[in-house]
Amino acid sequence: MSKRWRAYLLDRLVGMLGLAAAFIGLLFLVALIVSIFKLGIARLSWDFLTSFPSRFPEKAGIYPAIVGSLWIFLGTAFFAIPLGVSAAIYLEEYAKKSWLANVLEINIANLAGVPSIIYGILGLEIFVRTLQMGQSLIAGSLTLALLVLPVVIVVAREALRAVPSSIREAAYALGATKWQTIWKQVLPAAFGNILTGIILALARAIGEAAPLIVVGALTYVPFIPRSPMDEFTVLPIQIFNWVSRPQHGFVINAAAAIIVLLVLVLGLNGIAIFLRYRSQRKVRW
Amino acid sequence: MLRRFIERTVESGLRLSAVLTIATTIGIVAVLITETIQFFREVSIWEFLTDTQWTPLFAQKHFGILPLLSGTFLTTAIAIAVALPIGLLTAIFLNEYASPRLRSIVKPILELLSAIPTVVYGYFALVFVTPALQQIIPGLAGFNALSPGIVMGIMIIPFISSLSEDALHAVPRSLREAAYGMGATRVQTLFRVLIPAASSGILASVVLALARAIGETMIVAIAAGQQPRLTLNPLVPIETVTTYIVQVSLGDVPHGSLEYRTIFAAGMVLFLFTVVLSTISFFVNRRFRQQYE
Repeated sequence: MSKRWRAYLLDRLVGMLGLAAAFIGLLFLVALIVSIFKLGIARLSWDFLTSFPSRFPEKAGIYPAIVGSLWIFLGTAFFAIPLGVSAAIYLEEYAKKSWLANVLEINIANLAGVPSIIYGILGLEIFVRTLQMGQSLIAGSLTLALLVLPVVIVVAREALRAVPSSIREAAYALGATKWQTIWKQVLPAAFGNILTGIILALARAIGEAAPLIVVGALTYVPFIPRSPMDEFTVLPIQIFNWVSRPQHGFVINAAAAIIVLLVLVLGLNGIAIFLRYRSQRKVRW
Repeated sequence: MLRRFIERTVESGLRLSAVLTIATTIGIVAVLITETIQFFREVSIWEFLTDTQWTPLFAQKHFGILPLLSGTFLTTAIAIAVALPIGLLTAIFLNEYASPRLRSIVKPILELLSAIPTVVYGYFALVFVTPALQQIIPGLAGFNALSPGIVMGIMIIPFISSLSEDALHAVPRSLREAAYGMGATRVQTLFRVLIPAASSGILASVVLALARAIGETMIVAIAAGQQPRLTLNPLVPIETVTTYIVQVSLGDVPHGSLEYRTIFAAGMVLFLFTVVLSTISFFVNRRFRQQYE
């Protein structure tokens, strides 16, 4: 075998292995979605979406879990978005290259790597016990807000960084102050990208179960939470609860609830991808 | 006057939000340390680190963290063994072989792997992957480390493939062209020039994936079992550090009791591991950035 032929074969081999590797992930994703849909789709019905949980799998539904997830989603957004965007503005526009900026940066990188369950422990001690919020929606929302905060800060900073300095300089030249420039020029220009990043971060929050379990979200909720101080459950916890039961009916219920959860999470991801695509096409500096 | 006042107020308000992130870290450390100190007043550190049994919820109490650590180690090792070769090969494929069009399709779909909620992976591991594996491996228990380990590995593929691809992409063209100019083939260039040059970026991606796998909770809580066991056998039920925290949170352990404090001690161990890993990743990553900018 000639040297050149061998080199060619090796090249093809690495290419094939790479192709196979890339497709393992895709195949797995397809297998996961298809098998769960096949198991759960027949169980999905209006009744399932609007019923309370029950001891009997065929009567049980996910109404309180859906409402709880929605509340948690809104609550997390309410706390995480203003805080995260403000912190990003400070780091990107005000505190360039100071020691504080350096410390903040290392700290945020570290926080992004802290496991979500540790945030649950933090929420349990600070919000549930010390601030006496109880095992409420607000304690859960605050916990998840702290969890997604580093991610929101990172994406918002990237969006702000993408705004060219010529925009800022033009505003300054017209006599605008720093804050006027940021508020009227930089933020609107970065808005699309910030929104994309925030939606992705919140999509992650809606799928979280571990930190909320530690905070004390319930696994059986036969009522609809009406105020932020009420106890609650969320879809992922409802799914976890059903998976751990022996009856096959609950396994099917879990599959149906997963379909709902996936539609929510993948739907949010889809919106984010669409927004990114649109803002990439539209914006030309 | 008013203008300057507004400017000042806004800036301090923004600074406050940024500083809040430090408060989060301080909060985590403070909560973990205070409760962990309380815990070690009743349990000796020596017992915690060397006892081979973890049974805080039983009458006969043992507080050895080793069985939980072995569970976490086992699932993490399996996950990395799956994710590293697949992720790296994917990065190579996307960077070297795939057409820009194929790349622009495959990459976002792979990213979806890390967007799917982990309860969903746990469910898939327990209900589909474990029974499938039992066809091949007859001795496999219903709860085991193997199945959630594999599924977790696939979940963290995008962590490795994405960052490794960025690292490969960041290698300057001149290096590649120099290799080609000396008559190296594509594969030779890849393995002897590009991968070594991108090694710190690749390493950072692996460290990040490792931190993610150690802290992963729902997959192992659903599919790996709740039996702390000092073993490296991937076929039997085990319990990870994270699963233990979930297990205690689901039960009704009274606040302030020793059993309650065990979750803080376990959380402390978890936190220390991930902080060390993120710090390594941060500095490795920073070095790799400086090299090529």
